[in-house]
Amino acid sequence: MQLTLEGISKKVGPQTWLYDMSLAPRSGAVTVLLGATQAGKTSLMRVMAGLDTPTAGQVRVDGVDVTGVPVRARNVAMVYQQFINYPSLKVRDNIASPLKLRGEKNVEQRVHELAAKLHIEMFLDRYPAELSGGQQQRVALARALAKGAPLMLLDEPLVNLDYKLREELRDELTALFAAGDSTVIYATTEPGEALLLGGYTAVLDAGELLQYGPTAEVFHAPQSIRVARAFSDPPMNLLAASVAPMGVQMAQGPLLPLALPPTKSASLTVGMRASALRVRAQEGDVTLVGTVELAEISGTDTFVHFETPLGELVAQLTGVHHFDLGQPCTFFFNPAQVYVFDAQGMLLLAPVRGKGR
Amino acid sequence: MARIELDLAHAYRANPQQDSDYALLPLKMTFEDGGAYALLGPSGCGKTTLLNIMSGLVTPSQGVVRFDGKDVTHATPQQRNIAQVFQFPVIYDTMTVAENLAFPLRNRKMPADQIKKRVGVIAEMLEMSGQLNQRAAGLAADAKQKISLGRGLVRPDVSAVLFDEPLTVIDPHLKWQLRRKLKQIHHELKLTLIYVTHDQVEALTFAEQVVVMTRGRAVQVGSAADLFERPSHTFVGHFIGSPGMNFLPGRNADGDFHTAGAVVALPRSRPLANGEFKLGVRPEYVSLAAAKSEGALPMTVTQVQDVGTHVIVSAAREGHTIKARLAADAAQLAVGDNVWLQVVGEHTCFYQNEEIVA
Repeated sequence: MQLTLEGISKKVGPQTWLYDMSLAPRSGAVTVLLGATQAGKTSLMRVMAGLDTPTAGQVRVDGVDVTGVPVRARNVAMVYQQFINYPSLKVRDNIASPLKLRGEKNVEQRVHELAAKLHIEMFLDRYPAELSGGQQQRVALARALAKGAPLMLLDEPLVNLDYKLREELRDELTALFAAGDSTVIYATTEPGEALLLGGYTAVLDAGELLQYGPTAEVFHAPQSIRVARAFSDPPMNLLAASVAPMGVQMAQGPLLPLALPPTKSASLTVGMRASALRVRAQEGDVTLVGTVELAEISGTDTFVHFETPLGELVAQLTGVHHFDLGQPCTFFFNPAQVYVFDAQGMLLLAPVRGKGR
Repeated sequence: MARIELDLAHAYRANPQQDSDYALLPLKMTFEDGGAYALLGPSGCGKTTLLNIMSGLVTPSQGVVRFDGKDVTHATPQQRNIAQVFQFPVIYDTMTVAENLAFPLRNRKMPADQIKKRVGVIAEMLEMSGQLNQRAAGLAADAKQKISLGRGLVRPDVSAVLFDEPLTVIDPHLKWQLRRKLKQIHHELKLTLIYVTHDQVEALTFAEQVVVMTRGRAVQVGSAADLFERPSHTFVGHFIGSPGMNFLPGRNADGDFHTAGAVVALPRSRPLANGEFKLGVRPEYVSLAAAKSEGALPMTVTQVQDVGTHVIVSAAREGHTIKARLAADAAQLAVGDNVWLQVVGEHTCFYQNEEIVA
């Protein structure tokens, strides 16, 4: 099914929750709605589902205008942050309810298939309250899948689970989405989750749709500083710079030999992903000297926060590295790995992919 | 401040028969004076029970708790002189920030001039000096939690300060700043700090020694590097790191490791006794290898995820999956490609009964 939003906006009283936006999420694929809390993700989903009517604009399903058609009259499945199940029904009947509602045959068999997919077949005769959070959310997901709706909306479905469970369930969901042909809309605040889900990403910020495209493309070529901010974790390092005859002059810092496209901006912002910084220099690298504020260790990565004359920066190093607070440190980066934004915050130059690393 | 020794177990019922009767299986552990420790594990692993036993809120069903060699098993938190910080701010809304910070000291009858000095030191560390005369009621959630942290840290003579997931209410982008504060404070005040969390970043960043727990058992005590490089239990390999360690069950016969229906030739640098093992290798240490090289396994690519800074490549063979975290240029790999993955190297671990043996 092709969902199309055209010129949608949503106002509630004097407040604008969604500014004029148009979006046609890729049919049969996953579209991630990425943005901080209050970015408009849930408001947009409610419009998509038919739970809310937009103040202006049109919602179309396969070309048919469904604006204002209530959710009950649409074929949509939703999963929320909270695990919503029927508390008085056993897991088996929770999953079966949408199937029975549709008068489907072979309900028992379908329930077993879905439960097996989500690894909850051993809990079919228990009540939701007897399950852990992760298991309860699996039941809610199984019920959403049982609906077999062409449009599935998931609003931060993993946020209330601990991170190992989240990892596991996200992997399974990615496989389930890939195997099915539903159009899936998945809201998250986490850039890392968007990247793992793949598919397409729509970046939202303060009620505005900033960019939509294949997830990796949006990540590697954010159109603006706002997109880069929303789609970087740890945050992208943003440093003041200006246009120089031979490239880009960083304020209180080095000259980067970059070939900029023509621009009217004299002042620029250089964006540097934390992973572009490294501890061992390679040919052509520029040096940054500072003092360590804190090294955050995730195991897989160490995030080193350090203070330099250019400002406060974060570097991402693979594995566990030990840094003492206040210790002097030196990092290196390749100028070809930076982003350059103009005075309006729009992208002028992005790193060429697959090179210089 | 105190050195805390535990030699105890805690059961849900009298006469425990099996492992599942225990909230905490028998354990023996020492927390050195002035150290920074974290208790890390998923919900239900027993970390909060262990913390409550140290503070004196729970009495273990068997064994003893010693502070500096003295048996305090039945002593109250007050008698043990423990300070605690909880998930949610515990402060007096009607008092000012300064009064809140001074409260634990005033209760202990510290002279006023000393109180003032100490409150000043703590407020300075937490960057709250400018707000000392403000009412706590008007402050944001993270500022209130900072006061809670300050109240926990203000008494210079405590045996230990115990934290139970204290950064839960803090906005993600402010968290690292508070983590930094806590670390600085530990350096400056040299208090014994024990921190409970289910968040690996929190634990690994904060603590010098991390106690990893699962199902009532402490499976490893070590530094962040120990837990990452040499997980002594498969649970640690799985729990630390994202994605966690890969495991392949197999059998070694004279340097041929039989796994997933193939044979991996063990490099001479990694000798291994004959027998059944579980091979463990982290995604960060799996690399692409030339066909038929030592330590490599032929597999088929099932998924390629561009995670921005790296590519996560999943590959399978006979129902076993390996994830590899590769440099961004590996994005050229496609689903269905046949690859050789280096799974045995310097950082590969071997396990028997879930415990590391080589």
